[in-house]
Amino acid sequence: MFVRWSAAIAAAILLSSPALLQGARAADKPTDPQIAHIAYTAGVIDINAAKQAQKKAKNKDVKAFAEDMLRDHEAVNKQALALVKKLNVTPEDNDTSKALSKQASDKLAELGKLDGAAFDKAYVANEVAYHKAVNGALETQLIPSANNAELKSLLQTGLKIFQAHQQHAEHVAAELK
Amino acid sequence: MPGRLSAIATAVVLVAMAVPAHAATIEITMENLEMSPKDASAKVGDTVEWINKDVFAHTATAGNGDFDVNLPAKKSGTFVLKKAGTVDYYCRYHPNMKATLKIEP
Repeated sequence: MFVRWSAAIAAAILLSSPALLQGARAADKPTDPQIAHIAYTAGVIDINAAKQAQKKAKNKDVKAFAEDMLRDHEAVNKQALALVKKLNVTPEDNDTSKALSKQASDKLAELGKLDGAAFDKAYVANEVAYHKAVNGALETQLIPSANNAELKSLLQTGLKIFQAHQQHAEHVAAELK
Repeated sequence: MPGRLSAIATAVVLVAMAVPAHAATIEITMENLEMSPKDASAKVGDTVEWINKDVFAHTATAGNGDFDVNLPAKKSGTFVLKKAGTVDYYCRYHPNMKATLKIEP
C-alpha cells in the first residue's frame, strides 16, 4: 500500500513537471500555490474518510480515531485557509492533487462496500498507509520545496500531527488484530 | 487612633496568615504535540494549569481517572490537586502525548 501510494505521488509529481518547466524554478519542485493545494487536498481526503468511518465504523476505538482525524484535519485546513488568505495566494490545482483525489475516491468506493469489522480493519489499515504516504511526500517534496516561511512552518506542524496520527492508527490497527 | 491602626494591622496580618502559603500554580505547556515539562512536581492543594498553544484540541487525562481536563485549541484549563501520588496522564486525542505529575502531600 505504502509503495503504491508513494509511486502514485512520485508519478503525479513527474507528470506535473512539464507545467513546472515553464517557471524559472527547478522542474521537479511544486510551487507554493501548488503545495498549498496538495496539502489542503490531503486534509480534505482524510476528513471525507473520517466522515465515512463515523457512519460505518462499529468498534469504539475506530469511531474515536475517526473523530480525532476530523477534528485535527479540520483544524489544520482552517489554518491553511487563513494562511493563503493572508498571503493572498490562490491554491493551484495540479496533477498531484488530482491523483490524490482520484485515489481517494476509489478508496472511498472500495471501503463503502465493506461493513462491520471488515470495514473497521480496512479503514484503519488505509489510514496507516495514507498517513505514511502523505508524511513521505511532506518530508521529501513539499516541505523542502516550500518557499514561504509561514507555509513551510504550517507544513511542519502538519507533518508533526500526521506522524502522531500514523502512530495512533498503527496502535488502533494492532488492537484490532 | 494609633490603637485602631494597630488593630487593623494585626487583623491584616492574621488574614494573611490564614491563606495557605504553599498553594501554587504549576504551568504546563502543550506545544507541537508535546507537554513541557514532561515531569512536574506539585503539592496537594496546588493548581495545575495546562496551556495549549497548539491549533489542535488536547486533553490532560489521568491514567487513574483522577482528572480529565479538556483543552480546546489555544486555550488553557486548570485542575486543583486533591490526592498525593504519581499520576501519569496523556492526551485522549493524541495518545503519544504523555507526561507525569508527582503530587506530594
